[in-house]
Amino acid sequence: MNDRTQVLAATRPPAVKRDSGQRRFSLSHILLEGRAFFALLVIIATFSFLSPNYFTGANFLTMASHVAIFGLPAIGMLLVILNGGIDLSVGSTLGLAGVFAGFLMQGVNLEALGVVLYLPVWAVAILTLAMGALVGLVNGVLIAIFRVPAFVATLGTLYVARGVALLMTNGLTYNKLSGSPALGNTGFEWLGFNRLFNIPVGVLVLIAVALACGFLLSRTAFGRWLYASGGNERAADLSGVPVKRVKVTVYVLSGICAALAGLVLSSQLTSAGPTAGTTYELTAIAAVVIGGAALTGGRGNVRGTLLGALVIGFLSDGLVIIGVSAYWQTVFTGAVIVLAVLLNTLQYGRRSK
Amino acid sequence: MMQASLTSSDNFRDDVVLAARDISKIYGSTHALKGVNFEIRRGQVTTLFGENGAGKSTLMKVLSGVITPSSGEILLDGQPVTFSSSAQAREHGISIIHQELNLAPNMNVRDNIFVGREIMGAAGVDFAEEERLTRQLMAELEEEIDPLTPVEELRLGQQQIVEIARALSVNARILIMDEPTSALSAAEVEVLFKIIHDLTSRGVAIVYISHHLEEALEITDRAVVLRDGAMTASASRDEIDLQWIVRHMVGEHFDLGAPPEGYSFGEVALNVESLSVPGPGGHMAVEDLSLAVRAGEIVCIYGLMGAGRTELMECIAGKLRAGRGRVQLLGEDVSDYSIARRIESGLALVPEDRQRDGLVQTMSVGENLSLASIGEFVRRLILSPGRERQLVNDSIRNVTVKTEGGAAAIGSLSGGNQQKVVIGKILATRPKVILLDEPSRGIDIGAKAEVFRLLAENARKGLAVVYSTSEVGECLSVAHRIIVMSKGRISAVFDSSVSKERIMAASGESVAA
Repeated sequence: MNDRTQVLAATRPPAVKRDSGQRRFSLSHILLEGRAFFALLVIIATFSFLSPNYFTGANFLTMASHVAIFGLPAIGMLLVILNGGIDLSVGSTLGLAGVFAGFLMQGVNLEALGVVLYLPVWAVAILTLAMGALVGLVNGVLIAIFRVPAFVATLGTLYVARGVALLMTNGLTYNKLSGSPALGNTGFEWLGFNRLFNIPVGVLVLIAVALACGFLLSRTAFGRWLYASGGNERAADLSGVPVKRVKVTVYVLSGICAALAGLVLSSQLTSAGPTAGTTYELTAIAAVVIGGAALTGGRGNVRGTLLGALVIGFLSDGLVIIGVSAYWQTVFTGAVIVLAVLLNTLQYGRRSK
Repeated sequence: MMQASLTSSDNFRDDVVLAARDISKIYGSTHALKGVNFEIRRGQVTTLFGENGAGKSTLMKVLSGVITPSSGEILLDGQPVTFSSSAQAREHGISIIHQELNLAPNMNVRDNIFVGREIMGAAGVDFAEEERLTRQLMAELEEEIDPLTPVEELRLGQQQIVEIARALSVNARILIMDEPTSALSAAEVEVLFKIIHDLTSRGVAIVYISHHLEEALEITDRAVVLRDGAMTASASRDEIDLQWIVRHMVGEHFDLGAPPEGYSFGEVALNVESLSVPGPGGHMAVEDLSLAVRAGEIVCIYGLMGAGRTELMECIAGKLRAGRGRVQLLGEDVSDYSIARRIESGLALVPEDRQRDGLVQTMSVGENLSLASIGEFVRRLILSPGRERQLVNDSIRNVTVKTEGGAAAIGSLSGGNQQKVVIGKILATRPKVILLDEPSRGIDIGAKAEVFRLLAENARKGLAVVYSTSEVGECLSVAHRIIVMSKGRISAVFDSSVSKERIMAASGESVAA
């Protein structure tokens, strides 16, 4: 009896392994299940061979901090995809969050009181995350309560959020994000620029969010509700799962993740442009899919998504290091995504006999 | 091909048209079929009996080209053939109606019937001709279904009729029907049997699979029994009876139990007061219905398709909104409660369609069992794996699910065991009132008996049980009281000593014989 696996199942790649009849094919099996992991090993090995600069601690940390930017929205996206939905607005939310933070850092001119309000950095961060949550809430309410298809609702939010970011800056970029000691609002660059124990803070943020999310999925009632309503919403509903609340929550969490990524990115760049994060929603979806999640909902986990994000990040950075043109990077990334979906079909298709 | 069968005379009537020789099918380490020999004769109904998992559906899939056998051969008119797809089998005149409906809900009846073999005219698809043929088929089937109705607007029984019409429309000479009546009312079944007679008199060979033994006996010419992937018996109609089939199917005598006795009922647990539920077409699916069920009592609701049984149950469980009326649980008005709150208060539903509404296919057996009672093993929002394991193991034992354990994939279980998981999930919430909508649909007779035994056992412990069925035999099993519904209202109430004929008459069914 391996009952322990059943509670941990949520954190594992989905369940071909449970089919006892397929155990004999264990090698192809392990390769298929751990495909994102093996792909990552192949990528690291290949580029290490091609360039001496690739396999160095410094490079790994640089690449990891790139991964953090789309890894964060990818984790939010994972929650949405587990629910059987899609969130196309994360890239725009990411951009809007950066601009919103930049706007607050410039000082808010309260004309009625005749003062300019300079908020401390922690307050800016919290307000920005709240803004991300609000965008997610709009998505969630549209989808869960008003039954707008997720694709359409978040496509709308994609445009609106991007438009608002452009309006706020008039198309320009906020460059002065460092604050000044006189106003007591320094330290914005901490999230992206600084290191703790020699690890970029952005990467630590990603790890913390991933751990929290993994815990949420595998060890809480909410996680179980999410897997159930993504797997079969009608059955979950009849079992007393608050399916609408779960749905709204995943979009809110996705919005918060996107806003967090926006903070990290504008902090890394010490500037906030209204076009930041364009098409990141697609990178996030790609990471989730490469990580083995099913777009139909109910299947997937944080570990897979992180590996997916690492595959995309390490591949494109590797191509930059060995001097392959940016156009080819796009082609390679696309090919990896299609390959991943192909393997997903293989894995889930085999089970439905 | 149709030509050949139409000109066939009685001399050819008993010819073997399709024969399976030593067919085996191996999935991984399971032998789904072990050297089965099987013959289908022209103009005869050959019925295949067997419990779930006996290999009936696998054998039919082999014969219809859906899967290829691991060994053995198929002879068509004495010639060995191999089918690599169901389309190829169809070209040879073999058509199959699957147990699960294969219709596109968004398309209308006409398009579903002709999808993949559209009739082409000068200006593209000849919709008028397709529509005419569809009308003709529906007239033959005595169903008033408009060819232009989207399938999703049809009742389950009507959808089944569409599926049958589609199989008929290809002029099959061998027609395989896997559980064609599971969603049909008695009147619809009668029409189907008339069609089957028409077809056999035209020389079509029919292979029939049903869990409804009496019904199948009515039309069969030959019976073949499968058990554990092997053929255990085969005989013609005049040599067999119900006991013979059951004996070969399960190897022992089975009945569906009797109402539990020797205790008195408790308080009124469920009280439904003049409940009305609006239906899809503007009419009332349930109209001004009142019902009281005491703790420990088992009530059976019998009715035809569309009598309002499902709507009544879903409304009591909180899935459908009531138009009017109240639902009380142990004296507490729960009319405005959400599904979750009703479950918490002790009122829960086992839905009719376990694939669509009962199970989460992406989750394990254990996760499905514990889904409705997560609160039992959550401490400060965090799941306790130990307590969940205990709950799952208790449930598996209580409802006797045959499984490797809680971690097994839900899809690895047979239909009967899957149904037990759905029932176990609801029982784990420790309900006061349990509603079961057609709990025996599509499960074998052994599992059926176990489901009813479970209900009787729990009623004895004080659970109020309400179940619905469309099989009269099941009314007369464990129920203390039988309520017959017709057109959204209660048309009769009986105790357990009533005869099948009186129940059927009250439901508005015409009773043949």
